[in-house]
Amino acid sequence: MSILINKDSRVVTQGITGKTGMFHTHHSIEYANGKACYVAGVTPKKGGQVVEGVPVYDTVAEARAETNCNVSVIYVPPPFAAAAIDEAVDAGIEVVICITEGIPVKDMICTRDRMRGSSTILVGPNCPGVITPEEIKIGIMPGYIHKKGRIGVVSRSGTLTYEVVDQLTKLGLGQSTCVGIGGDPVNGLKHLDVMKMFNDDPDTDGVVMCGEIGGNDEEACAEWIADNMNKPVVGFIAGVTAPPGKRMGHAGAIIAGGKGTADEKIAALEAAGVSVTRNPSDMGKLMLEAMQK
Amino acid sequence: MKIHEYQGKAILAEYGVAVPRGKACFSVDEAVAAAQAIGGEKWVVKAQIHAGGRGKGGGVKLANSIDEVRAHASEILGMTLVTHQTGPEGKVVKRLLVEEGAPIQDELYLGLVVDRTSQRVTVMASSEGGTEIETVAEETPELIHKVSVDPKTGLTTAEAESLASKIGIADNLVAEAGKLMQALYQAFWDKDASLAEINPLIVTSDGRVIALDAKINFDESAMFRHPELQELRDLDEEDEDEIEAAKFGLNYISLDGSIGCLVNGAGLAMATMDIIKLYGASPANFLDVGGGATTEQVTEAFKLMLKNSNLKAILVNIFGGIMRCDVIAEGLVNAAREVHLKVPLVVRLEGTNVEQGRQILADSGIAVISATTMADAAEKVSAAAAGA
Repeated sequence: MSILINKDSRVVTQGITGKTGMFHTHHSIEYANGKACYVAGVTPKKGGQVVEGVPVYDTVAEARAETNCNVSVIYVPPPFAAAAIDEAVDAGIEVVICITEGIPVKDMICTRDRMRGSSTILVGPNCPGVITPEEIKIGIMPGYIHKKGRIGVVSRSGTLTYEVVDQLTKLGLGQSTCVGIGGDPVNGLKHLDVMKMFNDDPDTDGVVMCGEIGGNDEEACAEWIADNMNKPVVGFIAGVTAPPGKRMGHAGAIIAGGKGTADEKIAALEAAGVSVTRNPSDMGKLMLEAMQK
Repeated sequence: MKIHEYQGKAILAEYGVAVPRGKACFSVDEAVAAAQAIGGEKWVVKAQIHAGGRGKGGGVKLANSIDEVRAHASEILGMTLVTHQTGPEGKVVKRLLVEEGAPIQDELYLGLVVDRTSQRVTVMASSEGGTEIETVAEETPELIHKVSVDPKTGLTTAEAESLASKIGIADNLVAEAGKLMQALYQAFWDKDASLAEINPLIVTSDGRVIALDAKINFDESAMFRHPELQELRDLDEEDEDEIEAAKFGLNYISLDGSIGCLVNGAGLAMATMDIIKLYGASPANFLDVGGGATTEQVTEAFKLMLKNSNLKAILVNIFGGIMRCDVIAEGLVNAAREVHLKVPLVVRLEGTNVEQGRQILADSGIAVISATTMADAAEKVSAAAAGA
């Protein structure tokens, strides 16, 4: 098992005829069961084409009716990306993974409000995607650094996730699923949601979580871990040296009004029994130690 | 994106928020003329810089005569204003706002932010205006009242008036204050603001409710649909290097250390800064080159870092995914040749085609200290900087 996606997922790429959508669909199809998993693409007014061997539809609803796709990945440009999420939700897609960076926050407030009461799960936006190693890759991560195994990874950042995965793989620790939840302030799954899924997944034995400055999602997750988590968790928080008031690349990575500092997050995680390292080179090693206990 | 107080007030006025009569001025003569045109007996001369804390730094002065307006304007215009938000180097004042003086009876606080937990806009109001809201939140959190706004309805009359009552606004002014709050919310929503603060919101002795200050920040991601806001951008208030970096798709923030960092990805860039600190050195900047890291981008990144006189060494940390390490290595070599690096360069490459990438660096003839892990890189760059 795994969380969110597996070899039976049926994926539709929204924005498949764009350069980015086409490129990453190509690489995702080449990965593991990709050829069977990627069943449809959507670009308005481009229905009827075939891209990367996948039929293109005008709407997600049409793609769903024709192919029974249940997972969507979005590479639509920022001004239209929130509407693309809305469309996937309305079509009854189960998991929507939005890669697009730079969606206006107001659009996401409206989209998340529309999603109240919906059973659709949103991952992202502004994230690298989700991968269940050796089964399916949905997103922009380099597939080959991953290895099938029993460690879950959840992170707000892209390349930092690759760094963790690479460390784990080199130490012989494979991954059950790796989830990039993204660097935006208003988004779908939070650390806490993914942590619950990993806790319930019989094929996950431990979790590495990477957080960063801004917001209090890591603190909320820490609180839940303290009372509920029955698997070891290793944590790293990026941005100990980040100055307040400056947005560190990600829209969500900003220390505002003295809140959201790395030190606060580290303290909360440590208090919850998470093994936190301040050295990003040691994330894998710490997980290995936790697994050997 | 940030704008000046006078620009914020102009936007608020369009939405029907009461603000003092005033005018932006770029010279002392303009300030005097503005005061004469406004009339009355009391004026306020306010430095217009993007940082807060202007009053404490001597950038806001009350004038009781036209002569005082002239004196204050002469003093403030061109001064280097140092506040807790400008950093020790301060900010040169190039614009003033001259306003009518208002008879203040009560100072209140009104703020709007995007709340990440509720994923809605939160309106915060407090009877404790004039001081920093962080201080109020710390010491007397019960004096901050909040409403989480449903995006479908906006801030309702009932919500706004209830908030006004809670912060002690007299019954006969509650309707007026409520309208002001609703207008502020509408401006915030329509203009894609990320933060709006009216501190203080005042009640005057003659029974008016006025926004005496206005701080508004906007969501950068939404600026494509607001050409009218783009025009308000004051490049004098922004970091020259950060503007230059943005032209090349680089996300750059100057810091005060001596190790230049060039990293792909924001999270990894922060983690790289952190590990440099862990190994005893200090980062000179945050720099995210994004997923690509082309020769042009790396060249520009090197140029930016080399402008810094504190720079003692550079650390490049790239996790090549879709972008292969051999391509990145070639870009690094070309860039290093073009800019004539005069400080030690430590490169840590990892990911796709890493062996070819390392070979290209080794064969290039440029002096590169190669590193394997992030820890190895941080250790080597700290040592190189200490030796430089």
